[in-house]
Amino acid sequence: MSDASLNTASPVSRAQEGEAGFGDFFALLKPRVMTLVVFTALVGLLAAPVGVHPVIGFAAILFIAVGGGAAGALNMWWESDIDALMKRTQKRPIPAGKVTRDEAFAFGITLAVMSVVMLWLATNALAAGILAFTIFFYVVIYTIGLKRWTPQNIVIGGAAGAFPPMIGWAAATGTVSLESVLMFALIFMWTPPHFWALALFMRGDYDTAGVPMLTVTHGRRATRVHILVYTVLLAALAIGAGFTGIGGPVYLAVAVVFNALFLRDAIAIWRRDEDQAEADNYRVEKRAFKLSLWYLFAHFTAILAEAALGGFGLGGWS
Amino acid sequence: MSFREEHELHKRRFGRNLGLGLVLAGFVALVFGMTIAKVSDDGFAVPKIEQGEN
Repeated sequence: MSDASLNTASPVSRAQEGEAGFGDFFALLKPRVMTLVVFTALVGLLAAPVGVHPVIGFAAILFIAVGGGAAGALNMWWESDIDALMKRTQKRPIPAGKVTRDEAFAFGITLAVMSVVMLWLATNALAAGILAFTIFFYVVIYTIGLKRWTPQNIVIGGAAGAFPPMIGWAAATGTVSLESVLMFALIFMWTPPHFWALALFMRGDYDTAGVPMLTVTHGRRATRVHILVYTVLLAALAIGAGFTGIGGPVYLAVAVVFNALFLRDAIAIWRRDEDQAEADNYRVEKRAFKLSLWYLFAHFTAILAEAALGGFGLGGWS
Repeated sequence: MSFREEHELHKRRFGRNLGLGLVLAGFVALVFGMTIAKVSDDGFAVPKIEQGEN
């Protein structure tokens, strides 16, 4: 074989292996999850009683999003073995052969360190510290440590997703307060019923991968009970938050309507058995999952609305 | 001298390099913007250097 043939063969073979494009690295950041991170962090930042320069605010949200994306990339690095087994995740960059595990690890670690340092420089050490803890919690505690060992994985993983509004609040105020803890608690309590509703009608994937989802380890009846219990606790928390600093008449009205709807669906899920659910192709479970997406969006939009009205002396209960 | 035929791989590499270039340019602009915002802040003050300090 000549040198010339070697030179021409090399790029072709690498292309067949799938050298990553820009979009493949972007996909490692889990852009869909990032939208939730950006939105809730933005609400935390804007609901805070301290104003932030627009450029600093933009930088803070960007670095929180990058930090969340870095955690996503490190999650894909660790989970590439089970991602290859599940239909939902088979097209991710690593199982698809577009990005190697080493590349994903280097990409994730670099962005994680950079996002924390830049958030510190842009805002303060507390916000950067919570971001660093969030990345550590999601990657080490949840992904590497507990996800494959406990059926409570969704509850634990939900905590990582609940930190962004607290980081946004800390970026503006430099503190952690009752309001930011309530925003954390709202997402934390919302995550289990949201995911378990999905797990009820997305059957099979987690069994194949050997991830101990509640539906598999404790059965579907227990999952239905868990959804109801968490939804009741969530409703009490969400409505109670309406009487605190982040609440007000607008928030309370939204919370009452959405919690009534979510509770109605949770009760319906609890009362059904598998035969009934299969008979109508999981209509109620799918409806509850869709509603849960609107639920979180509505609550955080209402918190934002109360903060915006506060600028005109109208927000909250004062 | 002949030019090699462009492979799909080259287009992908160009896209990746262009994307990275734009991200870096955006990052530079953001750091510049943050600097302006910080020095324009009312609370901003140049740290005093005490006499005798190295």
